[in-house]
Amino acid sequence: MDKNLGAEEQGMGIGARLERKEDDRYLNGKGRYIADMRLPGMLELAFLRSPMAHARILSQTKPDATENTVFFARDLEGVSGIRAVSGLPGFRPSTQPILAEDKVRHVGELIAACLAPSRALAEDLTEQIDITFDELPAVHDMTKARNKDAALVHEDWDENVFLESAVDINFEAAVAQADVIVRREFKTARQCMAPIEGRGLIAAWDRNLEVLTLHSATQMPHIVRTGLSECLKLDHGQIRVIAPDVGGGFGYKGILLPEEVCACFLAMKLDRPIRWIEDRREHLIAGANCREHSYEITGYAKADGELLAVDCSAIVDSGAYSSYPFSACLEAAQVASILPGPYLMQGYRCKTWSVATNKPPILPFRGVARTGVCFAMEVLLDSIARELKITPEAIRHRNLVRPEQMPFTNITNKFFDSGDYPEALKRAVAAIDMTGIRAEQQAQIGRTRIGVGLSIFCEQGAHGTSVYHGWGIPMVPGFEQAIARLTPDGGLELRVGVHSHGQGLETTLAQIANSEIGIDTKKIKLVHGDTAYTPYSTGTWGSRCIVMAGGAVGTACASLGERICKIAGHLLQADPSKIILEDGMARIGNSAISIEEVAKTWYLKPQLLPDDVDPRGLEVVEGYKTVKDTGTFSYACHAVKVAVDLDLGHVRLLDYVIVEDAGTMINPMVVDGQVYGGAAQGIGTALFEEMCFDASGQPLASTLADYHLPLASDLPAIRIEHMETPSPLSRFGQKGIGESGAIGPPAAIANAVNDALSFLGAEVSEVPITPERVLAAVGFARRSQQTKSGDAA
Amino acid sequence: MKPAPFNYAVAHSLDNAQKALAGGQNKLVSGNQSLGPMLNLRLTRPTGLIDIAQLTDLRQVEDFGDRVRFGAATTHAEIEDGLVTDPTGHWMCDAAANIAYRAVRNRGTIGGSLAHADPAADWVIVMTALCATALIRGSDQGADLRTLPIEDFITGPYSTALGPDDVLAAIDVPRPGKGARWAYWKYTRQVGEFAKASAAILSDPENNRLRIAIGALGRQPAILSQPQAILDGQVSPIDALQNAIPDQPVETLNLHAVALSRALAQLAERKENEA
Ligand SMILES: Cc1cc2nc3c(=O)[nH]c(=O)nc-3n(C[C@H](O)[C@H](O)[C@H](O)COP(=O)(O)OP(=O)(O)OC[C@H]3O[C@@H](n4cnc5c(N)ncnc54)[C@H](O)[C@@H]3O)c2cc1C
Repeated sequence: MDKNLGAEEQGMGIGARLERKEDDRYLNGKGRYIADMRLPGMLELAFLRSPMAHARILSQTKPDATENTVFFARDLEGVSGIRAVSGLPGFRPSTQPILAEDKVRHVGELIAACLAPSRALAEDLTEQIDITFDELPAVHDMTKARNKDAALVHEDWDENVFLESAVDINFEAAVAQADVIVRREFKTARQCMAPIEGRGLIAAWDRNLEVLTLHSATQMPHIVRTGLSECLKLDHGQIRVIAPDVGGGFGYKGILLPEEVCACFLAMKLDRPIRWIEDRREHLIAGANCREHSYEITGYAKADGELLAVDCSAIVDSGAYSSYPFSACLEAAQVASILPGPYLMQGYRCKTWSVATNKPPILPFRGVARTGVCFAMEVLLDSIARELKITPEAIRHRNLVRPEQMPFTNITNKFFDSGDYPEALKRAVAAIDMTGIRAEQQAQIGRTRIGVGLSIFCEQGAHGTSVYHGWGIPMVPGFEQAIARLTPDGGLELRVGVHSHGQGLETTLAQIANSEIGIDTKKIKLVHGDTAYTPYSTGTWGSRCIVMAGGAVGTACASLGERICKIAGHLLQADPSKIILEDGMARIGNSAISIEEVAKTWYLKPQLLPDDVDPRGLEVVEGYKTVKDTGTFSYACHAVKVAVDLDLGHVRLLDYVIVEDAGTMINPMVVDGQVYGGAAQGIGTALFEEMCFDASGQPLASTLADYHLPLASDLPAIRIEHMETPSPLSRFGQKGIGESGAIGPPAAIANAVNDALSFLGAEVSEVPITPERVLAAVGFARRSQQTKSGDAA
Repeated sequence: MKPAPFNYAVAHSLDNAQKALAGGQNKLVSGNQSLGPMLNLRLTRPTGLIDIAQLTDLRQVEDFGDRVRFGAATTHAEIEDGLVTDPTGHWMCDAAANIAYRAVRNRGTIGGSLAHADPAADWVIVMTALCATALIRGSDQGADLRTLPIEDFITGPYSTALGPDDVLAAIDVPRPGKGARWAYWKYTRQVGEFAKASAAILSDPENNRLRIAIGALGRQPAILSQPQAILDGQVSPIDALQNAIPDQPVETLNLHAVALSRALAQLAERKENEA
């Protein structure tokens, strides 16, 4: 879409650069978040959390006269812990207690719930509780969790492993002809998701409806409802979950929290509204943990750069519990299946372990395992390229799936729907000015060195039933539904079970509806975030909304359009199948009637309707699935130019290019926004964000002074170029790109740093790439050089 | 993350503030930018807070010609914005502009910063290098102020020569003479962070002051001996640091040697610029 077109020419349908409908609310402080809400008689909830990573609880004593304000596990009669059981054989299930009773398994685990009129008073109560512990050795290092002498996180297990998996596809045969074998170890740090708004909730019992109403900052309200119904043993009909404005989710807000279950129970028990607002400390210590992987990976290649096979052993630090609904094994399942990505190879072998440690459960964060996998694969490729003395772009061109091979099924049976990966690579190399950078590098002599790095990845989005069932995830998405309802004044209400919290769905879904039935987007209202109003959905995750909810809205609007045409046909005395809906009108030749008039007729002047009118009226529910449920594959090439200060180990980003293919863009500005935001988070993963733990399992960053998020001043002006290869699988050719930006940066930046350090023979292999890690890599290379020259002499 | 209960009172005079400290139960609060986080984390639990941020006595900035006296409650932002006299021309102003970020600077004060004595804080090293003097109001000296050079005022990490019921009233910063030069280099990975390493150099031949201070050492700043030899390149930065702080791990020494080299380079550049 031409940027210079005015609103008039570009319309307001698919492809228009429409300003977001929700921005008036978001940008002018008019939104309403949990922390803005108060109910009469509401109590604030604060939790006493475990100060220890692993300990037996010997005794729990309440302060005097706190029977109705302080609650332990024993007070939660009839409440079950949270279980998310993978369907894959060999899975060891865990039960995440709502409040810990006899043992705590990570710092920050809930022990007691305290209620008071204010949060400060509730926190005062937590201090008066007396708990005695018998501390146990903590499992804090995933690479040692399987050691024979490691303490057991769950004592009824025989080892600290949720699940082990292995795939071997033609591996031995493929490696036989290898000229080079390059082996590396990579690590991605444990991270926290850090949306601007943390979690928060208000639980209240509605006496009138006899319904538990949970207002929760969640991105998956229907799943929370199902989870609550299991833990509280309530009928779904007795639970309503409302997600109001939500300040970012990124995966954390898809998780059913023990805090939610606990607050709901107490609200019912006491018949008082109860609010809990997660503070940043709780968030960092106990909540939004993610990303921690460790890889041993080996690439086998021919001298000309042809990749023959990859062999990988990957460990995911899953933390103490399998969290609901994604389980402890989503990450590892992804690692094994997506590691080869868009590369051709003949053999592949991968073993994974989802290990249990005394840390908070690992949760899926934007990109989920893709960020780690892309890091391992792309950094390995550059190491192979250096070994073979070929360029990073050459090794990628040699091995990338080619456009004429599309659609393409890769070695792990992933179905690539469409795309031109080499073209994305070419464009990124040109845009970053690879030639210019190489020339600049020739001339450099000082203590600051320039480097350039690439990363390529695909993002399977909107993957459906077969994929999630195959991964053993307890939550399996099916048909996505949407309700389209014409209101008596000719407005359109769209009701969807997904939730929009920054993705711009209030705008993009309206654009889709506009393309289908020509109603002005200003007259279209998206209703979302309330289980009472919307069709069941697994919610917002996995870059699925624009494809699945978009497809559902398109389908529902098409059906609604048929019904509108039927009535319009009668009123115009014309053939309904020839009527076109555009600009708010039902038109045939020179005659037309407004959609508003059609709506008025159905609702207010039924005497004018034909006898054979469709009695279901102007409200439609439709379900939608993509042509195949294997997912849309958007992809991108990231290219970054960095400067590395060899004395400080400091890395500065000088330029950053992203060439991205999202298929048909419903709204290019929204796509850009998603990519920018994701890339900022990916840069955080690459350079800054790390939740360290000491040997006793204590988290070492409990405030944002110690947990470093990327700041505006750390980010270069990212340049995005779009390609637009439609997906044959989705209704409009659109592909999911919600997570994309967060996937590429660690790999691209590590490759750029390694490029800058290559004259020393130094490589970084862990993110975040802190100054300490850069200096350690430089120091290590220097010592190896000395040993080598020593050996020679 | 809510503080434990405390009482709150606004001080009406320096005398009043100083007396309220008797008994050791109360704490002064100025900009609350260091105390606030500690209160919220319940790391400190004073019975009461005595607010001195608006105290007229502590908000004066007086020019005595050879030095300027900054009331302890002068904010970083006031110095940054040039709302008060900067005896050094713009050196203090530049240093202030790089403390934390603006929201913190709007409230944070020079006195609070020095009294808090975070080893990595900007005023701690800058005032040391500028040869500033602390003026203290104690319990047994009436209206008289006790004076101490900053290097004696700051006695260690987060510790000062302030007694339990002393108030830091003001800081005297000497006005550098003609031809004086200054360099201040700190390494922060991100904007608004405390320094990981820092070095400041004052060369003020007219007043016979030559001082090199190293900060962010996890203790009070180190004042290097043989500053002239360091300036002349006869003692290398790493040797200078090894002499001054031999107990530090090699990574720390290296990082601070880099800070010192870069401050020296800055100083040299300034010389060329002036020439
Ligand atoms: C996010 C963040 C980033 C920061 N980054 C930096 C940085 O990069 N560089 C830097 O230098 N600082 C930084 N700071 C600290 C900031 O500069 C504080 O303002 C300063 O350290 C304390 O000043 P204050 O006026 O806020 O003191 P307060 O917090 O009010 O008090 C600090 C302590 O000093 C005592 N005190 C205060 N005034 C007096 C007095 N007159 N006499 C005796 N005792 C007194 C108080 O009792 C308390 O113990 C940062 C702070 C924050 C929150």
